[in-house]
Amino acid sequence: MGRYLGRKLLIYLLTFFFAVTIDWLIPRLMPGNPVDTMIARMALRADVAEVLRSYYIRAFQLDLPLWQQYLNFWIALFRGDLGVSTWLFPQPVIAVIYRAVPYDLLLLLPAILLSWIAGNQVGAMAARVRWLDNTILPLGYILTATPYMWLALLLAWALGHVAGLFPIAGAYSFNIRPHLSWLFIQDLLWHWFLPFTSLFLVMFGGWAIGMRNMIIYELEADYSRYLEALGAPQRLIRKYAFRNAMLPQITGLALQLGAIVAGALATEIVFAYPGTGYLILQAVQNQDYFLLQGCFLFIITGVLLANFIIDIIYALVDPRTRLGMTGE
Amino acid sequence: MRAGIRHEFLYFALRNAKLRVGLSILLLFIVAALIGPLFARYDPNAYVGPPAHPPSPEYWFGTTTFGQDVYSQFAHGLRSTFVVGLIGGGIGTLLGILIGLVAGYRGGLLDEILNMFTNIVLILPTLAVLIIIAAYLTVRGILVESIFIGCTAWPWAARAIRAQTFSLRAREFVDLARMSGRSSLKIMLTEIAPNMMSYLFMTFILQFGGAILNAATLDFIGLGPTQGMSLGLMMNNAVLWAALQLGMWWWLIPPGAAITAIVGALYVMNVGLDEVFNPKLREL
Repeated sequence: MGRYLGRKLLIYLLTFFFAVTIDWLIPRLMPGNPVDTMIARMALRADVAEVLRSYYIRAFQLDLPLWQQYLNFWIALFRGDLGVSTWLFPQPVIAVIYRAVPYDLLLLLPAILLSWIAGNQVGAMAARVRWLDNTILPLGYILTATPYMWLALLLAWALGHVAGLFPIAGAYSFNIRPHLSWLFIQDLLWHWFLPFTSLFLVMFGGWAIGMRNMIIYELEADYSRYLEALGAPQRLIRKYAFRNAMLPQITGLALQLGAIVAGALATEIVFAYPGTGYLILQAVQNQDYFLLQGCFLFIITGVLLANFIIDIIYALVDPRTRLGMTGE
Repeated sequence: MRAGIRHEFLYFALRNAKLRVGLSILLLFIVAALIGPLFARYDPNAYVGPPAHPPSPEYWFGTTTFGQDVYSQFAHGLRSTFVVGLIGGGIGTLLGILIGLVAGYRGGLLDEILNMFTNIVLILPTLAVLIIIAAYLTVRGILVESIFIGCTAWPWAARAIRAQTFSLRAREFVDLARMSGRSSLKIMLTEIAPNMMSYLFMTFILQFGGAILNAATLDFIGLGPTQGMSLGLMMNNAVLWAALQLGMWWWLIPPGAAITAIVGALYVMNVGLDEVFNPKLREL
């Protein structure tokens, strides 16, 4: 198990290194440079623009040799210095992101866990109940094909605008300040419901289809047939099938994380929910490159951490990896 | 013999309800994308009518907050959706085939390196990378967007094709081809690839759908094409200009509905094709 996790950890470290390099490289690789864009927007006199330009180049240390810029980038990163947001000047990027994290977790963790559990249960049920299979399967395909933001828009329009049951913007009402009271928590949950539901539904479709297919595959496997021949009760056979089908679903969760996070970003934008997605939208609209790069690193780190946690769970659940019988 | 096999596929393909349904929906939208813009009377970005006008005989899908014709935007957006799917999905599939085949067939150190690289790109959240690339491009077109989407979408395809190649590589006919002194490239292209043609085709379909969804999300975040129109961009504008608060459903609903229908049709088609190609799954 140690070897398995060590190998995984190596890949994650390499990925992190790769991601940070991309983050550093892309602004320097792309045509046109941000300093020129920034100065062009200010529409200054030519001589003033030139002074400001040289000031910016020194301030961003763009006059240093490339390798030194790269090294400084890493050093700043380990100090937790991601630069200063130009949109919310002079707040540091890390503080802006830090404020968004609770909302991301509030939305993502319950949506991922509950949809995964519910999808697995319903998918396993669909594999043995004909009418359920006939409804879940088409529904599941429609749900997985739905862009996250569209389902969010649909729910916001139907339940928020037309029916007027739920608010369609923000994480809490404007007339309430975040504090610990029953009133605030109620308000928070009321605003949380629609974004959560739309994320939950899109993910649910994928998990249900995956589980249904895996269970059908497992019920055809030799060990199921053997148990059946021995006269084991159907319930026992299904229990074994479910346990085996669970492993690919855990791997699937790790593989889907990137897409799920992307979906959450889009959902947050629809509901103006103050998480990272909303930050990215603001950063794009205000051309706040530091904030954008900070969000990028934050997402990468989050996804890598989650991946590693899933790997540990996988190793604990699968007896083969636990005993070191398989490499990957 | 070959004609016979093709005949058999066609027979099962025509009998497969999932394939029929998926293909019909897809064809419907392809036709709409091809001839739809011809019926559009206005430029998708021109301000032509009264603002926030619901659907009417004059403006079939209504107008936006600024009085742009939603139907023209929709018809042009549909076209770019297929362009992104075709180019992005195509590049993703080709890269996946190339890397998967080489890694699987060559094995050894090259495989280790390629596999490591595949795993790294696989874990990276595609959209985050696309966001950072797109943000630094001041002028963005649909073509460039598709290319970047294709370049980040290949890893799962490469991994699956590598596994398939592994199992095919040890077969007798590949050994025989190797003994006859054929070059590796020829063996890969003429012995191994044709034997997983059905699989490669299904990979392309999934990549096609994935590219469309990725493009929609990227456009929705506001990093879509700066010139031209796309379905994701329509949704982005709708949200930014308060279509939700004003209840302009004619602006909100059509773009996402089209994406859902196209991608859903592709997925259903894929399941149908699986049943057609794989004799074990056929229902007689």
